[in-house]
Amino acid sequence: MSATAYALPSIVVFVTAALLIVVGALGVLAVRNPVHAALSLILTLFGVAVAFIAQSADFLAAVQVIVYAGAIVVLFLFVIMFLGVGRSRHDHVEPLVGQRPLAALGVVVTVGGVIALLASSHWVTGATSVSGSSLVKGTGNVRQLGTAVFTTYLYAFEATAALLVIAVIGAVVLARRERVTEEAE
Amino acid sequence: MNVPAAWYLVLAAVLFGIGAYGLLTRRSALIMFMCVELMLNAVNLTFVTFARTLSDIGGQASVFFVMVVAAAEVTVGLGIVVAVFRRRHSTSVDELTEMKG
Repeated sequence: MSATAYALPSIVVFVTAALLIVVGALGVLAVRNPVHAALSLILTLFGVAVAFIAQSADFLAAVQVIVYAGAIVVLFLFVIMFLGVGRSRHDHVEPLVGQRPLAALGVVVTVGGVIALLASSHWVTGATSVSGSSLVKGTGNVRQLGTAVFTTYLYAFEATAALLVIAVIGAVVLARRERVTEEAE
Repeated sequence: MNVPAAWYLVLAAVLFGIGAYGLLTRRSALIMFMCVELMLNAVNLTFVTFARTLSDIGGQASVFFVMVVAAAEVTVGLGIVVAVFRRRHSTSVDELTEMKG
C-alpha cells in the first residue's frame, strides 16, 4: 500500500484537518491568555469536524460545530469574561519538581505504546458490520444515525435526557448566589 | 480512495497526548477543562475512524453520546469553577488544599 494509491483530494483534506487540529491543540497548551486558549480550541474543533466530514460522518460534523464550537466554547468564554480571569500567573511556578518532564515522558510512552500496538496489529481489526447498510453507500448518514440512536440505543438516549436535566439543575444550584437565604436569616 | 485509517488513528493519538500533557501541567482549572475537551475529541475521532473502517454506525452513535456527556460535564464543571472562584478569587488548582493530609 503505497501513498500514491490514495486520491490527492483525500490527502489534502487529511493534511488540512491535521494541521488545524495540531496547531489548535498546541495553541491551547502554549498561550497564557485563557481567551486565546478558547479560540485555539475552536480551531481544533473545526479540524475535527473536517476529519468527520472526510470520514462520512456528516451529522456529527454539524453537531461538532454547533454544539462544541457554538455552545461549549461560548460557555467557556462566558465564564472567562464573567470571572475576569486574566493572564494566569500560576503557570510559571512549579510546585512539583520535574512535573513537566515526567508528564512529557508519560505521555510519549503512552501514545507511542498505543501507536506501536496498533501498528503491530494491523491498525483496525474486528468484524465488519453486515447487518446495516454500508456507511459510504447508503441512505444517508443522518437517517442511519437516527435509526441507530432511536432503536438500538434508545435506552441510552433516554438516559442522556435525564443526564442533561440533572446537569442543568446542578449548574443552577452551583452558580446560584446564597443571597436569598442570607437575607432571610 | 480515502486515506488509510491508520493516519487518522495516529492523528487522534497525538491529539490525545497533547491534551493529556496539558491536563497534567497546566494550573488553571479552565485550561484543564479545555484539555479534557481535546482528549474527548481525540476519542471521538477514533470512534468515527473505526465506524468508517468497519462500516458500523455504532461508532458514530457512541460519538453522539460522548458529545452529550461532554456538554453535561462542561456545564457542571464550569459551575464548580464559578463557585470556587467566588470563594477563593482564583481558578488555580494549586490553591485548593483543604483536603491536604
